[in-house]
Amino acid sequence: MPEYKRSNMIADKPSGYCPGCLHSLATRLISDVICELGQEDNSLNVISVGCSALNILYWGGDFLSVAHGRAPAAATGVKRTNPERLVFAYQGDGDLAAIGLAEIMSAANRGENFTVIFANNQTYGMTGGQMAPTTLIGQKTTTTVYGRDPATTGYPLKMCELISQLEAPRFVARYALNTPKGVREARAGIKKAFETQMKGEGFTFVELLTNCPTNWKLSPLDTLEYMNTNTIPYFKPGVYKDVTTKEAE
Amino acid sequence: MSEKRFMKGNEAIAEAAVRGGCRFFAGYPITPQNEIPEYLSWRLPEVGGAFVQGESEIASVNMVYGAAAMGTRAMTSSSGPGISLKAEGISYLAAAGLPALIVNISRGGPGLGSIQPAQSDYLQATKALGHGGFHAMVFAPNSAQEAVDIIYDAWEYAERDRNPVMVLMDGCLGNIMEEVELPPMKELNDEDVPYWSLSRRNGRDFQGNITPIYTEAILEGVNIMAGEMYKDWQENDVKVEEFMVDDAEYVIVAYGIASRVSKEAVLTLRSEGFKVGLIRPITLFPFPKKSIRNLDYNRVKGIIDVEMTIPAQMREDIELQVMERCPVYEYGRSGGVLLDDDGVLEAVRDFMTGGTDNA
Repeated sequence: MPEYKRSNMIADKPSGYCPGCLHSLATRLISDVICELGQEDNSLNVISVGCSALNILYWGGDFLSVAHGRAPAAATGVKRTNPERLVFAYQGDGDLAAIGLAEIMSAANRGENFTVIFANNQTYGMTGGQMAPTTLIGQKTTTTVYGRDPATTGYPLKMCELISQLEAPRFVARYALNTPKGVREARAGIKKAFETQMKGEGFTFVELLTNCPTNWKLSPLDTLEYMNTNTIPYFKPGVYKDVTTKEAE
Repeated sequence: MSEKRFMKGNEAIAEAAVRGGCRFFAGYPITPQNEIPEYLSWRLPEVGGAFVQGESEIASVNMVYGAAAMGTRAMTSSSGPGISLKAEGISYLAAAGLPALIVNISRGGPGLGSIQPAQSDYLQATKALGHGGFHAMVFAPNSAQEAVDIIYDAWEYAERDRNPVMVLMDGCLGNIMEEVELPPMKELNDEDVPYWSLSRRNGRDFQGNITPIYTEAILEGVNIMAGEMYKDWQENDVKVEEFMVDDAEYVIVAYGIASRVSKEAVLTLRSEGFKVGLIRPITLFPFPKKSIRNLDYNRVKGIIDVEMTIPAQMREDIELQVMERCPVYEYGRSGGVLLDDDGVLEAVRDFMTGGTDNA
């Protein structure tokens, strides 16, 4: 039976996230997996900019806070000089897929032996809900008030599909956190990514479809249904690449 | 064991960095500094270090940020256009209190400018290496040997202050070959890994974090402490060479490659009976204020700022110390056109014989 208690890697104070935000759940899943793998002291969280940066307030393990979009570059410097550490970056969609596109693609292409966890909620939450690179066609934001128009803003970037085309990455997968099934699969995916890194096999990438009740202007419950009808049909969950060493059954 | 070698300036910088304890380099190609990453790409792995050719200057300086946070002696190098891109990361290094070495082998500017040598980045280096109002110590060696000596100890300053250090040279100094005496390899062990770093090699058994973002009250404290540090530098860390200044009636102020041409001019003019001297800032920040402020202005009739850039960028720092007690002149070449002996001589003679303050 799972234990329902605060995870060990998260400080004993209230979450800084809005009510119903799945960032909290994503952070908790990462924390649980680190504890399960016995990596509490050995793990290092490279914290990016955006709502993900709220982890500064309550992440209980070693962390390095870095510039917007540069987490995969900073993590490269961390991991190359301290290869024994379990290193992961936690990035949102604006951070990873807009300002940090060069850094994520290049780190993935070099096969850096760390894990990037990508929280995709299709908006810039921290700055008040502007269009993100992953904002869906027709989605209203504060900079696309009539809905995203591909004629002037292009199309939502599918990062798993892009990164899985590269030679070096070992594990690339997308999960949706709006159902218990999706949460369980995401937890297993994060664990697989971390284990792959601990074996020294190379770059691993886990995309988590999350929500933003505040900026989507929906109740938390409605965001979960919105994800079913809008987000998931475009950003299809699944394992996009898996060239990890298979455990002996 | 120290050893003598005949080396290109850029390669001497790279070898001195390794001997000074550098174990991580990330950079992006740009002329005229390419020998630094090229050399370190094979040299760092020899000593157990890591080299990464970044996808951009922005990524490279952030790789350095990551390595520095782990207590590793880390550096990057570039030239003007690339230093502009690194400005973001240098500001974050200063905010997070991370030591690192940034080398600028400068060229003509602004913009893509030219790939030929110029001293066009003085203002950027000394006034605003990035956003937010911070400073780094800026060293301006004028020979391969002096670059070796400064870079060998760059991390001693950087780790003392928990702040980035810049070495500013130009494409001439990066590419001339000179004899250098290389110091012995500094041996750094796990117990030398800084206590504040995120490494666990130093035996730390508690949670650690490093961040470039603060709440407002803490940030004000960080800003105040930085201001105090800059004052300490001004008191304790100024490096300057004064050459034939004691009886000088005209004083040239020049750094880096311009100081070498200017020194030749001083010797020539002295042989002709003119009382000319040279003040050479070795640290551009902290600027050697006292050397200029405390000149005897009953004797000194003029100050000549010689720089390989137009307009002169050090002039205002000089004028703040001269305080209108004598005229300040400037002479330079720019855009990648080199200073030469005849040009400097002619300009100085002109100023001495009735030239006017050409501000």
